[in-house]
Amino acid sequence: MIYRLVRFVDTRTGQTPIAKKLLRYVFPDHWSFLLGEIALYCFVVLVATGIYLTFFFDPSLQHTVYQGSYEPLRGRVVSEAYRSVLDISFRYKAGLLIRQTHHWAADVFLVAITLHMLRVFFTGAFRKPREITYYGGVLMLMLAMFEGFAGYSLGDDLLSGMGLVIAYSIVMSLPFVGGNLALLIWHGPFPGTTDFFSRLYIAHVLLVPVAIGILLSMHLVSIVFTHHSQFRGRREREHNVVGTPLWPGYLFRTLGLAFAVSAVLFLLGGLVQINPVWQWGPFEPSQSTNGAQPDWYLGWLIGALRLMPDWEPHIGHYTLIPNAFWGGAFFPLVVFSFLLSWPLIERRLTGDHRYHHLLDRPRDAPWRTAVGVGFFTWVGMIFFAGSSDRVMVEMHISYTSQIHVYQAAVFIVPLVAAWIAKRVCEQLLRSEMHPLRGSGGGPVRRMPDGGFERVSRSPTTPRAPAPNARK
Amino acid sequence: MRGAPKLLPRHRASRRAELLVLWALLLASAAAVGFIAVYALGADTQWLGLLIGVAFALLALGAIVTSKALVPQERKEEERRSFDHDRDDLDIAVYVQESDEGITRSRLLKTAAAGAGLTVAGALLVPLASCGPFLDVAQLRRMAWHRGRRLVDDAGRPLRADEIEVGSMTPAFAEGVDRKRLDASLIVVRLHDDDLHLPRERAGWAPHGILAYSKICTHAGCAVSMFRYPLYDVNVPRPALVCPCHYSTFDPASGGDVIFGPAGRPLPQLPVAVDERGELRAAGRMSGPVGPSWWGVQEG
Repeated sequence: MIYRLVRFVDTRTGQTPIAKKLLRYVFPDHWSFLLGEIALYCFVVLVATGIYLTFFFDPSLQHTVYQGSYEPLRGRVVSEAYRSVLDISFRYKAGLLIRQTHHWAADVFLVAITLHMLRVFFTGAFRKPREITYYGGVLMLMLAMFEGFAGYSLGDDLLSGMGLVIAYSIVMSLPFVGGNLALLIWHGPFPGTTDFFSRLYIAHVLLVPVAIGILLSMHLVSIVFTHHSQFRGRREREHNVVGTPLWPGYLFRTLGLAFAVSAVLFLLGGLVQINPVWQWGPFEPSQSTNGAQPDWYLGWLIGALRLMPDWEPHIGHYTLIPNAFWGGAFFPLVVFSFLLSWPLIERRLTGDHRYHHLLDRPRDAPWRTAVGVGFFTWVGMIFFAGSSDRVMVEMHISYTSQIHVYQAAVFIVPLVAAWIAKRVCEQLLRSEMHPLRGSGGGPVRRMPDGGFERVSRSPTTPRAPAPNARK
Repeated sequence: MRGAPKLLPRHRASRRAELLVLWALLLASAAAVGFIAVYALGADTQWLGLLIGVAFALLALGAIVTSKALVPQERKEEERRSFDHDRDDLDIAVYVQESDEGITRSRLLKTAAAGAGLTVAGALLVPLASCGPFLDVAQLRRMAWHRGRRLVDDAGRPLRADEIEVGSMTPAFAEGVDRKRLDASLIVVRLHDDDLHLPRERAGWAPHGILAYSKICTHAGCAVSMFRYPLYDVNVPRPALVCPCHYSTFDPASGGDVIFGPAGRPLPQLPVAVDERGELRAAGRMSGPVGPSWWGVQEG
């Protein structure tokens, strides 16, 4: 039966050799290779739940009087957008489940992408010939952040409005063009017109998801072209790829992962409340709330906005660069420029233009690991500074003192962390210990007197075969 | 296919694993049926999430056990193909090179083609300008306030001077102006007269110590909705207006100067006057543009 089906397709398309190759495509095994797959399956859940939400959501700022079942807001004048989110949450059966699953999926999507990016960075997976795959991944990270922000901005609740006015201020702060650009996007001064909301909506449900979908397809195709990279092991070498073929072993495994991701997201969506917009209330520009936080993946930007001192260069009374530019535009520009240019920088610094199908363990490239630890600690510290208002509210630590400490610490701690990372890498390289499982053993030499002595590997050959690189 | 050579390694699936997968699939179906039943009977969010989540978890279990214990286990080793196709790469370069050998003004044509491409693409982008009045930057300086406009409270009632107590904070709006506009909202506070040290040119802006400031932070446009008014000597003794978004902190006593946080210019102040009926009115224009700063904004 299957044979006849395959025959039918092959005699009409002639593509069986490619299909056969794909069925036997080899996936090397390592838990960290699953992070990208988790992101992929989050995206699938996001698209599925998102399509459902579009059937009920109304991206309009037209006023309406809320008449639904949520008592505290009944009779309030709200926007159609906010009204429809309340209706999704209270009126349509399973609406709240789908909405919360969608929101959780977005948060987990960005966790998975971020961890995947860190894995790729610290194992040197971005090296030749995989630079194109890497650039596409970084672009998807940027798009996913924007997509998430656009998504929770559409609810027109108090938090989404506070996020949008900050976005408006950052656009306004761009040198030369800020004011004009903001007027163009918002169709006038903030909060703009309902036109702005329909633009945000089409960006959220069509433009950005399609862009992510295209980049995602290119990401997968370029992985297939280069095949997966792998860690050095008993049989794994530069010239081969060792692992489980797609059919039958890997397909069921990855299907299991897809189901597991869906299970976690639906359990979160059903059991753990997220973004209860009815508690925030509709957005009014004259209102704000203390302790407000964006979704986690924008925490680094709010941290940068908070930490920046009140530096605003001006000539006479004319502002040149408004302060919001530094934290909201310049900082992410620096971070993404670093991520995008790192493969080139590393190629230049090391002069290494060879192919790398074998991954580094972080210790194998102490310099890269140190730079990465320093850089991501810097971003991470700024991220944590973004939560300083919550720390003040919940732990009663003075906000002002926290900010002053952070302002110094974001520069000192990364340097210390980078130095420690480099030392740890060099030490691990010498001792060949596993950072969590301890020593995997190593060659010893029997001494004439009967005792044993470790045979140490020379630290000058860091890419020496490591017998305990795999489990 | 009968008689075809074996391609996968010989393998006998474990009976227990088969049974486990069977049970996982049956229970997944049961959970899915339960989901439908709960949906029909009132659709409690927790039950829906629990049942569909468990159904997916059981499918995951089934798929993973299938992969690990039912299908043949193999480790396949494959040689990587070389990425260097020097001959083909060279051929492509030659194709491209030879194709314009007969053209005498090749460079001129290429420049013209690039220019035409850019111009046509640019022309197609120009209609995007219809998205908004981007040249009319004057809109960003618009001012809801003029001399004599009344301050009203949240319910639209005129705000009376004797309602504003020392140490209190009152939100206010421009009467008859859309409250969604950033320039429409104020924060009104009252300090003791002798605590004030406004700049000399603002003498008379704060009758009875009543001060009115724009409610919109000059940093990132959030509503400045917190008022710190210490009732005893603490380590930061000055009263302050604070924005909860990034904690820009302004000094109401000195005319809205930034005393902490990222804001780069003072909070604009509105001169107020008390009319013969005791109601608060604007006594002039704001001291500077309202809302977040932009390129070229004039500081107050």
